[in-house]
Amino acid sequence: MDAPLLAIYILIFPGFLFLAAFAFFLEFLDRKITARMQHRVGPPFVQPFADYIKTLAKEVIDLKGVDRKALDAAPLLAMAAVMTAFLYVPIIGRSPLAFQGDLAVVLYLLTLPTIILFIIGWLSRNIFATMGGVRAVTQMFIYEVPFFLALITPAIMVGSWSISDIVTWQQHNLWFAVLQPIGFIVALIGLQAKLERTPFDIPEAETEIVAGPWTELTGRRLALMHLALDMAMVTGCALVAAVFLGGPLTPWTITPDWFAGIVGFLLFLVKTLLVLLILSSITVASGRIRIDQLNDMGWKYLASAALIQIGIVLMMNYLWVGA
Amino acid sequence: MPEVHIPIGPQHPALKEPVNFKVVVEGEKIVSLDLDISYTHRGIEKAAEQRDFIRVVPLLARVCGICSHSHTTAFVKGIEEAMKIEVPARAQYIRTIVAEMERMHSHLLWLGVAAHEIGFNTLFMWTWRDREIIQDMLEEMTGNRVVYGINEVGGVRRDLTPALISRSFEHLTKLEDRLAKYVDMVISDETLKMRFCGVGKLTREEALKYGTVGPTARASGVDYDVRRDEPYLAYAEVPWKVVTDTNGDVYGRTLVRIGEMQESLKIVRYCLENLPGGLISVPAPRTAPAAEILSRIEAPRGELVQFIRTNNTDKVERLDIRTPTLANWTSVAVSLVNQNIADIPVIVAAIDPCMSCTSRITVMNRKDTKTCVMTWDELRKHGRNLYQKEWRA
Repeated sequence: MDAPLLAIYILIFPGFLFLAAFAFFLEFLDRKITARMQHRVGPPFVQPFADYIKTLAKEVIDLKGVDRKALDAAPLLAMAAVMTAFLYVPIIGRSPLAFQGDLAVVLYLLTLPTIILFIIGWLSRNIFATMGGVRAVTQMFIYEVPFFLALITPAIMVGSWSISDIVTWQQHNLWFAVLQPIGFIVALIGLQAKLERTPFDIPEAETEIVAGPWTELTGRRLALMHLALDMAMVTGCALVAAVFLGGPLTPWTITPDWFAGIVGFLLFLVKTLLVLLILSSITVASGRIRIDQLNDMGWKYLASAALIQIGIVLMMNYLWVGA
Repeated sequence: MPEVHIPIGPQHPALKEPVNFKVVVEGEKIVSLDLDISYTHRGIEKAAEQRDFIRVVPLLARVCGICSHSHTTAFVKGIEEAMKIEVPARAQYIRTIVAEMERMHSHLLWLGVAAHEIGFNTLFMWTWRDREIIQDMLEEMTGNRVVYGINEVGGVRRDLTPALISRSFEHLTKLEDRLAKYVDMVISDETLKMRFCGVGKLTREEALKYGTVGPTARASGVDYDVRRDEPYLAYAEVPWKVVTDTNGDVYGRTLVRIGEMQESLKIVRYCLENLPGGLISVPAPRTAPAAEILSRIEAPRGELVQFIRTNNTDKVERLDIRTPTLANWTSVAVSLVNQNIADIPVIVAAIDPCMSCTSRITVMNRKDTKTCVMTWDELRKHGRNLYQKEWRA
């Protein structure tokens, strides 16, 4: 891919601009689905964007003794991390930036928003924000290990650390959601916890600690952080869709290239929305659990399930290579 | 781990009305807490002494937005006892119907709030939607959705027409379906059980020791209900049973409330089917002879007690309202210790607190623990001093 095309890929489609637009769309869908399931009307189509513009225009309130620059920088850092991660996820075909190890890079970049939420909570000098920050990090230590393990198992089977390679492998074989159902479920639960959605919205539990790390975020900081988390939702859904549901590629070769791109993009949309639908259903159908209960669940069941999945995959590898 | 002080309230998303907890926690565990409940004193007891009986009734309907019927029922029951007048059976049945519908919508509201406290917003939205069925019924029967204004001294103010009754049966069938759904949800939902079971535990001994009433007491196995133990209105004639549970935790309180809703529905249906004919009210005298009456009824949140003293005039000399929330508060402070911070909202919500109904002010001398009365000037001076000394610093 030559330089101008690559610039368009990174900046406009399917890069940053598309990511932002899709983030708003996904938030709208999420809110609408939730509302309809709860027998409410739900927001109109442009509501997430309108919310964003409105919060962006609001006053930024600085508390006495708060490190202003750090608080200004934090949401931008979170957003940059998520945007970078999105570039390596296959959207209309293989990612042009793919390299060996981009899976690990994406996973680590997706961890950054959580760490930044902790930092924001700590910088806010507010008891609710601090507690929320501590909870965010505690929760991260619980879901992150099973989530990583679940996403790494397909890489073990493919023998490559590139998301694009994993997608290409699924072109000629079964989807990993079929081959590794346990890993798929663990990844979905891990993603739900990573995005801090019910039943894992422990760090921002409204009725317990007001808004957690978000308590003192105002104006553009709040708007940007919110957008960053929406983008993380897009990236997370796209990642799971790529690794477990075969991403944008079809088993057949489609010509010409531009048509293959369109088909790939539509597949990406459908699969991402499917993952979102599952996440929304979990949100609607459950209440918030406590951090100690999450600890139990995460280490006893999720981590063990992920390990069992790895064991099964290693056996399958041995048998297939042996045969 | 160092101790952290968390202020919850007077303004906090978990609270529907102002109250203040100063919670001391170690990590996520509660070590101790301090309770301040009087933020919304409205002086209703004093205001009741200034009005004649007819005008006290609508005032008392405004003590609480949820159990407006309970407060007026307790009052008219007491006054009718003082006046020694016999209320027609039809009026008693209509009062019973409204009282039980109020219980149902109060418990549905509670179920929604409790679900919201654990982040289960779907159940919250659903119960509040289905609460509308009852409110519609109440509006059709009484003309109002919140402050029904159906009670008056000597009877009720509106009659039920046959058309209204048949429409009510349709509503009740719909409601019965939804209640069955909620029973199913509470019994089978995993996250709900995880957050409710074993939380805010209160043994039978503790429940009795701290004087809990209503569903809070019945969930700890205290078999006590004013409707059965000292029957009033039409409860003695209606077949129904007291719902109790032995869990003693928030889950037990949920089960008790859900069971009570089903019982209430049966009572309403029975009363509508067996509504006696006749007058709906009898003329009451303007004044009441001197008497001291303790009027007890079972409000949705528990036993509501009103002490009424009359003095041969058309006004009460003293009206004292003991709301069920006041009786239950101490048990909350006890059951919160050693629990998780995450459980504060749900344990507090479990007694279904109603802050502004509970708010009382007593001026007390700390040394000899005697109560006294303040004049207006003293009160103003006290307020200025308090502001300058304590809150400015």
